[in-house]
Amino acid sequence: MPQQVTDPKLRVEGLAFGYDGGIVQHDVSFDVHDKSIFAIMGGSGCGKSTLMKTMIGLLKPTAGSIHFGNEDYWAAPEERRTEIGRRFGVVFQSGALWSSMTAEENVALPSRMFTDLDDETIKALSRLKLSLVGLDIDASTMPAELSGGMRRRVAIARALALDPEVLFLDEPSAGLDPIAAKRLDDLILELRDGFGVTVIMVSHELPSLFAICDDGIFLDTETKTAIAKGSPRVLRETSEHPTVRAFMHRERPPDDAGPGVVNHASQ
Amino acid sequence: MDDRPAPEPVDQRSPLTEPLSGRGWSARTDREGTVVVLTGDWIASASVGAEPGSLRNILDATGNDGISFDSKQLGRWDSSLLVFVSELRQAARKRDIAFDATGLPQAAARLLALISQAAPVAARARRSSALVTRVGQAVIDAGGEAAAVTSLVGDTVLSCGTALRGRVSMRGVDLLDCMREAGVAALPIVTVVNVLIGGIVAFVGAVQLRRFGADVFIADLVGVAMVREMAALMTAIVMSGRTGGAYAAHIATMLGNEEIDALRAIGIPINDYLILPRILALTGMMPLLYLYGSAVGIFGGFVVAVTMLNISPDSFIDETRASIALSQILFGLVKSFAFGALIAIVGCRSGLGAGRSAADVGQAATRAVVIGIVGVIALDAVFAICANALDF
Ligand SMILES: Nc1ncnc2c1ncn2[C@@H]1O[C@H](COP(=O)(O)OP(=O)(O)OP(=O)(O)O)[C@@H](O)[C@H]1O
Ligand SMILES: [Mg+2]
Repeated sequence: MPQQVTDPKLRVEGLAFGYDGGIVQHDVSFDVHDKSIFAIMGGSGCGKSTLMKTMIGLLKPTAGSIHFGNEDYWAAPEERRTEIGRRFGVVFQSGALWSSMTAEENVALPSRMFTDLDDETIKALSRLKLSLVGLDIDASTMPAELSGGMRRRVAIARALALDPEVLFLDEPSAGLDPIAAKRLDDLILELRDGFGVTVIMVSHELPSLFAICDDGIFLDTETKTAIAKGSPRVLRETSEHPTVRAFMHRERPPDDAGPGVVNHASQ
Repeated sequence: MDDRPAPEPVDQRSPLTEPLSGRGWSARTDREGTVVVLTGDWIASASVGAEPGSLRNILDATGNDGISFDSKQLGRWDSSLLVFVSELRQAARKRDIAFDATGLPQAAARLLALISQAAPVAARARRSSALVTRVGQAVIDAGGEAAAVTSLVGDTVLSCGTALRGRVSMRGVDLLDCMREAGVAALPIVTVVNVLIGGIVAFVGAVQLRRFGADVFIADLVGVAMVREMAALMTAIVMSGRTGGAYAAHIATMLGNEEIDALRAIGIPINDYLILPRILALTGMMPLLYLYGSAVGIFGGFVVAVTMLNISPDSFIDETRASIALSQILFGLVKSFAFGALIAIVGCRSGLGAGRSAADVGQAATRAVVIGIVGVIALDAVFAICANALDF
């Protein structure tokens, strides 16, 4: 999809972040354009989830800035940050469903807290969101009674509860069967095209990265910073970086074999 | 990789039923460097024969020429061989000695290649510091904890203020839920404990008072003890174990499951939503539980006095009526109110301050119970001293 030359929806500049122990990534900069689907890629443990937590306001960055529109998120007072945060939908890597309420209540809670809708409407909306992700579950089902993939879908439905402008998805298709994963891809595209949602997703799922993402960033564990930017499709074809190439082609990087071990192919 | 050679048969020689021969190695130096000759069966579970000698011997003999392997005499092998070889490889790399794994069985060489080349993820340095440092750290931690508790209390009071003005994101359902949990659900255990305490006080009193022929004052003793002291204290101790621990465990679990992150992410204030209903519920229910506890405690004393100590029901009731002043009930109410707030705050605070693992949940609950009980008793002592000073 051609990129419009507009102000970015979200601009990250020189961001450094990590937990109190140390820096996970530094000097990360990228723009996310309005109505685009942006991929955060990289090896396991490189800091994708941490970047997401920093972007949604759970973790204060140690350096750099995040702008939403032309507002500096972390420079804003806490109340304003909460207001901005209400325009986000978030799916955590672990799902993070509220275990003491039913799955349906999980989806309904954001609306109960932040809208004046009556009970009936909220229930209907929750069921709608659940059916959007292909779930038809009993109203009294607790999260603990669901399978892993079903929980993930409830989490996605919950993220959609307040019709977010920006949707953050941390490995949304992990644990979904291929058909459900494809359905999720289609849903993400439809949300983008229909509601104009901007999507930022962490994913290892190559087919889905290639199929739906317009843009992205690749974080590296070794250098602790971004080593490639661009749409996954383009990166697959053009990236020279061995780690990026290996990731995109699902191979082991060339330096992965032990020294002294002859290449088995040549034996 | 499709172009792999067909796997060799794993076990080239003897089936496992045959006795194992001892494992061993020897080093031979030839033109290209040191060749490590592996012999025998390298099976971890059956460490037969000599342990492989120190790696340094091999490396010292090698100089800088390189290490290779000869496995013609190698029998069966498992991970123990890989451990040996990969340690050798690591040591060799440190000394810049070339390492050639071609002489190993192919499967072993391939597994070795999988053993990560990267240095293992550095574990966060465990703190092992001098006593002075640790004491200092503990003081700093305690300061931080005090600050956290103060801010929690402050936030809660502020939330109470907003709640009174009807603008707070606490849900009525949650408050009712917490009240049921801290109230009705606690009745059985509060009943049992207080009835027994009332009975015990009656027995203890009887032993002393009978000597003076003052049996009937057992009623006074039971009444005053329960209303002024025991009902509030015992109920608080029971509730600290029951509800304070549950608050801590629940909140710590939510923290570990990222449920709290999920609340914060959509902008639901944790204080209003999670903490306030719990503190309100427990502080609200404790005085009621105290009144109930006093009543059943006196009943326990009554049963013991009437059935076992030959005191007439009428005189017991009259004495009780006469002995309990309204001011003492008020004193008990104030105390139980304070105990409730203390237990709830300690419970919530230990939950919020917990780590994110399952073990941390247990620790948080234990902390909540221990600090809760000790805190309640200490606070009770403070009340007693104040009451004494005020001649109350
Ligand atoms: N709560 C935490 N406290 C301290 N360090 C953490 C915490 N969570 C994660 N880390 C560390 O931060 C680094 C990045 O973790 P993160 O979860 O962001 O990785 P990721 O890229 O999302 O990996 P994956 O693809 O496996 O989900 C890791 O090295 C991890 O050990
Ligand atoms: Mg992650």
